[in-house]
Amino acid sequence: MHTFTLAELAKKLRAKEFSVTELTKSLLARIAASQPALNAFITVTAESALTQAKAAESSLASGKAGPLTGLPLAHKDIFCTAGVKTSCGSKMLDNFVSPYDATVVEKLAAAGMVILGKTNMDEFAMGSSNETSFYGPVKNPWDLKLVPGGSSGGSAAAVAARIAPVATATDTGGSIRQPASLCGVTGIKPTYGRVSRYGMIAFASSLDQGGVIAQSAEDAALVLEAMAGFDARDSTSVDTPVPNYAATLDAPLAGLKIGLIKEFFEKGLDASVEKLIREALKVYEKLGARLVEVKLPALPLSVPTYYVVAPAECSSNLARFDGVRYGYRAKDPKDLMDLYKRSRGEGFGAEVKRRIMTGTYVLSAGYYDAYYLKAQRVRQLINSDFKRAFQEVDVLMGPTAPDVAFALGAKASDPIQMYLNDIYTIGANLAGVPALSIPCGFVRDLPVGLQIAGPHFAEAKLLNVAHAYQKETDWHRRIPAAFTAEKLS
Amino acid sequence: MSLNRDQINSIAHLARLSLTDAEIPVYQDSLSKIVELVGELDAAQTAGIEPMAHPLPGLAQRMRPDVVTETDHHEIYQRNAPQVEAALYLVPKVIE
Repeated sequence: MHTFTLAELAKKLRAKEFSVTELTKSLLARIAASQPALNAFITVTAESALTQAKAAESSLASGKAGPLTGLPLAHKDIFCTAGVKTSCGSKMLDNFVSPYDATVVEKLAAAGMVILGKTNMDEFAMGSSNETSFYGPVKNPWDLKLVPGGSSGGSAAAVAARIAPVATATDTGGSIRQPASLCGVTGIKPTYGRVSRYGMIAFASSLDQGGVIAQSAEDAALVLEAMAGFDARDSTSVDTPVPNYAATLDAPLAGLKIGLIKEFFEKGLDASVEKLIREALKVYEKLGARLVEVKLPALPLSVPTYYVVAPAECSSNLARFDGVRYGYRAKDPKDLMDLYKRSRGEGFGAEVKRRIMTGTYVLSAGYYDAYYLKAQRVRQLINSDFKRAFQEVDVLMGPTAPDVAFALGAKASDPIQMYLNDIYTIGANLAGVPALSIPCGFVRDLPVGLQIAGPHFAEAKLLNVAHAYQKETDWHRRIPAAFTAEKLS
Repeated sequence: MSLNRDQINSIAHLARLSLTDAEIPVYQDSLSKIVELVGELDAAQTAGIEPMAHPLPGLAQRMRPDVVTETDHHEIYQRNAPQVEAALYLVPKVIE
């Protein structure tokens, strides 16, 4: 059962080939068996999953089921889930049981999905390898010595290993697309404001966006449609109707104008990765698309821009963790200042502290104009580059990551090397545009991702373009050798 | 530009973070490298460019009617608190 996509599972549940309970139990067994090696989950909610499975069976039996009823899902542990530990991968929140559900959690529960548990992630979503998690790194299912990418590494690894058919994720600088690329799965970061951030623990509020990691664009379309939409509880949620993403998946691509981002092919890109990206572009040409080269001259500045804007917003957002109302509190504080400083010093990991301090520095008196304001101006230039490009082309394409998955520990001691993993993904966050990553082949037996970006609210087009490729290729159906058997040992 | 020990201590104080002696040189090194990385922005021509605070320009802050919509949830919220007494959050003595 684990090899089926959501779209296939929905049909099979209705055809009574197996029940929701059987499916849920089979996946829970896969999660348990893979956990020691893969470490993709922080919390498994087996008991409530089986209760939700029973409820889904009644809905299916009474004909009240929706398209997602009974389909299992994992949530990134950044989404608050009522009554369940919500740790955000941090010691700071190791003891935090959320009193409420995030809007995304609420919506997918209302759609009848069965929640398997909460996936592992880089601490507070700060990382590109999952090595900053308080709960230990997630491993890449294609090679357990390698990282899965981050920060949504648990979600990407879980879907790649088929221990969850689909998972929620979030993307501030590439945290959906980069792990999707490194794990060989499909991941979409929607337009800023498309998916509610309510109950999604904040990292950098002008960049954060929730999305989906799935086996296919078709599956991502189904779940995104249920997740997206206006929410009065998120002040930057956009009140624009959510289209029926599934309805336009099969639209023909003839005449589609694809822009190749010149700057992405210039330096730092692995030659074998580039070859696969160019082969994927040929598939699009065969489907009737036209390729043109476009220049986004400010885009190479996205990494330095991001490493001002994101830490600045992070230092402000994470000021709420003070050891007073919830979260970790240091033992025997001698006064209030000591309580704040040690609770934070002991509760946050090294990378989170690095970003908080970077943000504090760039916002501090005398430096604000030189760093923060300057970065916001460059962000405007990058935004204008995207706007101009989308006047010429329908979508932009390029690699998702400069290389395939790297070894655990390889970049952990050098933050700049780690930050450069997101060189191709950060631009979309700065401009707030939607972007996705789909698998487009293998280099040294490791998956490579093709990135597709579009103008604001062009999710339907992106999913249509991705789906067209997935009808021509089967990269997205490949399963890592260690996880092909139904029963994992 | 490289940051010295005092600067790291001062940033950590502003950020309300205690650092161990072993952490200070680590952050001195990495923060200096980050400051160097973001220094690349200096070269960008940004005269007359409006700073971009938000990816959706023109989005106005929504207002809601000034009526009470929240109910009292302190009991459930305080279940996560490290120390509570008589429905109040406890902290070390602040006023001598």
